[in-house]
Amino acid sequence: METTRRTFLKAGLLSGALLAVGGGWYRVTHPAPARGFVLDGEARAALDAIVPAILAGALPDAPDDRARAIAATTGRVHATILGLPLAAQQDVQDLFGLLALAPARRLMTGIPHGWADARDVEVAAFLQDWRVHRLALLRTAYAALHDLVLGGWYSDPAHWDAIGYPGPLKELA
Amino acid sequence: MSAESVIPDPIRAGLARGWKVIDGARATADRDLSADVVIVGSGAGGGVTAEILALSGLAVIVVEEGALKSSHDFKMREADAYPTLYQESAARKTRDKGINILQGRTVGGSTTVNWTSSFRTPPTTLAFWQRHFGLATYNEAALAPWFALMEARLHVADWPGAPNENNDLLRRGAAQLGIPTGLIRRNVNGCWNLGYCGMGCPTNAKQSMLVTTIPSALDHGATLVTRARAEKLVLKGDQVDGLDCTLLDAAGLRPTGHRLRVRARHYVLAGGAINTPALLLRSNAPDPAGQLGKRTFLHPTLVSAALFPQRVDGYAGAPQTVYSDHFMHTQAIDGPLGFKLEAPPLHPVLLATTMQGFGREHAEMMRRFPYLQGMLALLRDGFNPESRGGIVGLHGDGAAVLDYPLNDPIWDGARRALLAMAEIQFAAGASGVQVAHERAPRYASWNEAKAGIAALPFEPHLTRVVSAHVMGGCAMAGAGHPGVTYPDGRYRGLANVSVHDGSLFPTSIGANPQLSIYGITARLASDLAQALTGRPAARPQAQA
Repeated sequence: METTRRTFLKAGLLSGALLAVGGGWYRVTHPAPARGFVLDGEARAALDAIVPAILAGALPDAPDDRARAIAATTGRVHATILGLPLAAQQDVQDLFGLLALAPARRLMTGIPHGWADARDVEVAAFLQDWRVHRLALLRTAYAALHDLVLGGWYSDPAHWDAIGYPGPLKELA
Repeated sequence: MSAESVIPDPIRAGLARGWKVIDGARATADRDLSADVVIVGSGAGGGVTAEILALSGLAVIVVEEGALKSSHDFKMREADAYPTLYQESAARKTRDKGINILQGRTVGGSTTVNWTSSFRTPPTTLAFWQRHFGLATYNEAALAPWFALMEARLHVADWPGAPNENNDLLRRGAAQLGIPTGLIRRNVNGCWNLGYCGMGCPTNAKQSMLVTTIPSALDHGATLVTRARAEKLVLKGDQVDGLDCTLLDAAGLRPTGHRLRVRARHYVLAGGAINTPALLLRSNAPDPAGQLGKRTFLHPTLVSAALFPQRVDGYAGAPQTVYSDHFMHTQAIDGPLGFKLEAPPLHPVLLATTMQGFGREHAEMMRRFPYLQGMLALLRDGFNPESRGGIVGLHGDGAAVLDYPLNDPIWDGARRALLAMAEIQFAAGASGVQVAHERAPRYASWNEAKAGIAALPFEPHLTRVVSAHVMGGCAMAGAGHPGVTYPDGRYRGLANVSVHDGSLFPTSIGANPQLSIYGITARLASDLAQALTGRPAARPQAQA
């Protein structure tokens, strides 16, 4: 609860400016990506930390399996983003630009150290914060992460057995 | 024998016969083409128009932003279908991202991916158009033969099979409460009852434009250009003198650097009710009434999922077969928003992304996937004086964006819709109901749901709102009424431009719109063919 309250209080007027700065900074350091969205460094670390929080309860328990599943999902999310219109790719780039910027990360998510050290409970707390945040921008950022990660997971036939979905008729698929 | 060899692919066969199809992604130079008529878009309005004009002897070019895909490509996987067949990977959103819009972007447009529900335009909607928009020729009797023509052309008929459990629960729950339901007619021929209409029909049973009117037009000499985005109409006085198109790469994301210029005597715009107004806006088209892009409607749709003790298997079988219009008629048409109830097919990505939450709670819901039933309530927007829909505008890069503010009449309807769906689901025997709202827990009883939904805050992003029906923005209106187009579909202010798609509608339809577009544009295209050739238009007929 402490994290929730703290980030909620801090994420006031500053947030809009920070989003712009974060996005702007990322755009400068990642100029007009000819290949589209680029996921590297802290941005990839952020996604690697967000995936297990969103997929808690669906990921396998064994550490190796879990790590492989997280990496595969991050890859599918990346591929999904690369299929979006270029303007939407830029929006997502800006979001990850914000998440990759340490001061913004601390202020907006309450994650104290780098993403690699973030605990699942901290990540879940910031997602829950954003989900119902009074700033529409953060609610939509949460929604994007929700759709990208859950879409990435459940579009993979490897995860259909666990939910009892037989998949399409084999003879035609 | 492989499945592919037993299912004939009409697209591959047509290409082998020598259809004139140009894949813009593979063009290695700029192109110039000319014809009698150029049609922008190959969906419901463009497909119908292309066939009627081509059968009537006119030289037709159809320009389509999407790619030409066929049954051979339709593998019933959401991971492939959404990026290749839908606008913006099925993640097109309104400006504030408050509504997610499903719209096709492929040859056949949304008809290639819709769920086959076929309703004539409700008479109450037509009466409203006559009264408020001066559309005297839009009455039930005058349109009936056009609906009948297209129903025959596209095999629209009663569905002979029993509804799947996902739909039947809507029927049974409503019956428990004394709420009447009806059965949905479908445009299918030899349907296998698979349930994957939304990912492109793998057996060509769905009578979409992809397998009916477009092949017929191509057999009659029409040219189809794919991966060509209609960028701008070239204006010369009150005439259009050309259409500039940007050719896109195979993924449909980036311009290849090559352009296409098409010239024609007449231009028919049928890119759908977001892209058609956007093309006109980019072209700085005259807009004497100041209505271009305005009054764009979505049937804002609410979602409720319910858990049942028995298997529902919402992914299996004809996706939409039962509906209820009960709540369309419980108040005046221009009063609190009425809504239509239907069931959506449930597939893993669609369900997982539509339903709220994350982590263990979400995973627990997904593990019960076969036991979940889905219900939709489509709000009838555009009739209440305060329900003015949205406004299409342009991003800095020229891309279309719809600004659709979710205001009080919508939220009032949303609350009533969620209540109605939860009550029906509990009456059908649900053990729990989860409405798509970030603040809603799973309710265990109707009493709990009733109190819970009444107390929910209704705000953008908290309440999940989706849409699969985009209408308006180039509204028709009769003499003395402000509108963008005349009742014959001609654009006001441009002598050789017509609009033939859902953007013509001055309100939402109040039913799944495909048959409204088919019937109305069949009449408009027939009048246009006669005007251009001086002979009565040819009548399209179903192939055996």
